[in-house]
Amino acid sequence: MKHTISVLVENEFGVLSRVVSLFSGRGFNIDSLTVAPTNEEGMSRMTIVTGGDENILEQITKQLNKLIDVIKVIDFTDGSAIDRELALIKVTAEDESRAEVLRIVDIFRAKVIDVTPKSYTIEATGSPLKIDAILELLRPLGLKELVRTGAVAIGRGAKGWKG
Amino acid sequence: MKMNGARILLECLKREGVDTMFGYPGGTVINIYDELFSFREIRHILPRHEQAGVHAADGYARATGKVGVALATSGPGATNTVTGIATAYMDSIPMVIITGQVPTALIGNDAFQEVDIVGITRPCTKHNFLVKNVKDLAPILKKAFYIARTGRPGPVLVDIPKDVQIAQTEFDYPETVEMRSYKPTVEGHPRQVEKAMTMILAARKPVVYVGGGVVLGGASEELTSLARMLSLPVTTTLMGLGAFPESDPLSLGMLGMHGAYCANMAMTESDVIVAVGARFDDRVTGKIATFAPHAKIIHVDVDPTSIRKNVRVDLPIVGDVKDVLGKMIREAEKQTAKGGVERDLSGWLGEIATWKETHPLSYKESKTAIKPQYVIQKLRELSDADAIIATDVGQHQMWTAQFFQFNKPRTLLSSGGLGTMGYGLPAAMGAQAAFPDRQVITVCGDGGVQMNIQEMATLVQNRLPVKIVILNNNFLGMVRQWQELFFDRRYSSTCLELPIDFVKLAEAYGAKGFSTAKPDEVEEIIKQGFAEEGPVIMEFKIAREEKVLPMVPAGASLNEMVLNA
Repeated sequence: MKHTISVLVENEFGVLSRVVSLFSGRGFNIDSLTVAPTNEEGMSRMTIVTGGDENILEQITKQLNKLIDVIKVIDFTDGSAIDRELALIKVTAEDESRAEVLRIVDIFRAKVIDVTPKSYTIEATGSPLKIDAILELLRPLGLKELVRTGAVAIGRGAKGWKG
Repeated sequence: MKMNGARILLECLKREGVDTMFGYPGGTVINIYDELFSFREIRHILPRHEQAGVHAADGYARATGKVGVALATSGPGATNTVTGIATAYMDSIPMVIITGQVPTALIGNDAFQEVDIVGITRPCTKHNFLVKNVKDLAPILKKAFYIARTGRPGPVLVDIPKDVQIAQTEFDYPETVEMRSYKPTVEGHPRQVEKAMTMILAARKPVVYVGGGVVLGGASEELTSLARMLSLPVTTTLMGLGAFPESDPLSLGMLGMHGAYCANMAMTESDVIVAVGARFDDRVTGKIATFAPHAKIIHVDVDPTSIRKNVRVDLPIVGDVKDVLGKMIREAEKQTAKGGVERDLSGWLGEIATWKETHPLSYKESKTAIKPQYVIQKLRELSDADAIIATDVGQHQMWTAQFFQFNKPRTLLSSGGLGTMGYGLPAAMGAQAAFPDRQVITVCGDGGVQMNIQEMATLVQNRLPVKIVILNNNFLGMVRQWQELFFDRRYSSTCLELPIDFVKLAEAYGAKGFSTAKPDEVEEIIKQGFAEEGPVIMEFKIAREEKVLPMVPAGASLNEMVLNA
């Protein structure tokens, strides 16, 4: 089962590699990973999408917490978080397919950010499932290149991560 | 006061109570050595190999409970420390390892003797640091010691570039450490302790399974009181030996692959297992699917990742073992005082007594060949009650664990988790440096002792009178045993063939050597060796194909022991 985990870390030298080598060293998978600074001084936030059964997830969470630079680990169980991802998609668009691409872009409230006579480059945001869906529709028209950021997630409700 | 980084390092070590360190000079630590030249408050011991220096610091830490300190230069000096660091990491030994690094401006340039030691040791340290600014040096060292000794202890490496050692700054050692990202849980939850005690008091076949955490956490007294108060049988892992006196009738000895029959049977038949500071290692559990099939498991550990990592746990208690065991004793008093607790363990203790009687640890005595187990028994008999024993890794390690009988914590130093050959001699050296007046003995095989034999020089030079016992079968015995049992006696590369004259070897280093192949000379040689003032090698040429038994084959259930083969 897929899990989205937020890891709040001290923005110290080597912290990313500590987290990543924990996953590789213990045989856990990473489906996606994003990392960037937060509003708090010296603190970065990683969002990691990973998979595994309950026991594996428990170990992942505990092992992450054990890292000295990790301030907090939040395992978002289903529905407790909003997750979003951004994708940049270069798609073949010639003749009759140009209109079809634009229709799909419109339906998914995406944006065309670069145009050539033979292609559109599209910016799409949404939950990872929504990105999967737009890709499925665009793929038959000719996907030339795809970049996804991986998901970022934030808890629902009025409370911040500190409660 | 303004000082350079090298001096700041030494001042910090002094303030952390470091009285002894093990280090090896080199280009990127020469500034530290220059300061050390006139710094009298720390004893510096020069090993003959950086790996041995780290093992010595590890032995020092295990014997004293204090943080061990080792120092090495960049590049090959740093990589040589890795085995020592990994050894300490697997056994949760508090250590601070200082490495020199090329100047910050050269980092990443493949400079002479440059290696990314922070990257290399990331998976085998509790934490590590690269100091980029001399202003950070004192706070980082404060954190390093704090991290090494608190929570589940472990080695911490601090990499200090040469220019940081030279740069000057105002020295101000922080009094306290505050880290928002590191706050180990040390106090056990009272409600969990209460539940645990209810389970223990209701158990009909309880057993306490003790690991190295009890030794590290200084909780032997609490453990012993609790076990005696409630008549709980106690088995320990290799790392836990000494945490509970093996002379006590409640002791089952060591469990696991080469554990006592009664210990493995008690685990298999138990209805409540109280695991304290142990981590259910595969050498202890055997086949997980059939491990302790009837037992509810209570697991006390300071490290939450140890809990439910390998086995299901019915009641976890995260906390310092000393705190939790103390609470358990008070809880036991409370619950038994309330009355209504009816316990009758006589059937269970009787069952255990029968296992002990029918399947004791034993070996066939011989008048013609020296049996290694006999040597170990003689060592027990003739050594001081507070002697410290450091083992290497292999058959002799298991014979020592089985036959020495450990009654006090911190008297056995052994590489349990990593199983590092070459550990014994330098670890004994570290322990002897900490306790010059205690008897320190290392029991080694002829294989492992040769992995750090150069430390004979360090022993002689520093007047460290370690007694080195070599059980020589001219084999890499443990692997040979596996080849005998599981590979049709195909002794591939396990016969060492070339016999070494260990007496001459001892003499070459300026030490004394004894050797015999006769059983009736064993006692006399041990007596003579112990009577020597300086370091001694005592070589016993033992029965070559003696095996460590009982044995649970890898992957088999704990109760499927090979008793005679």
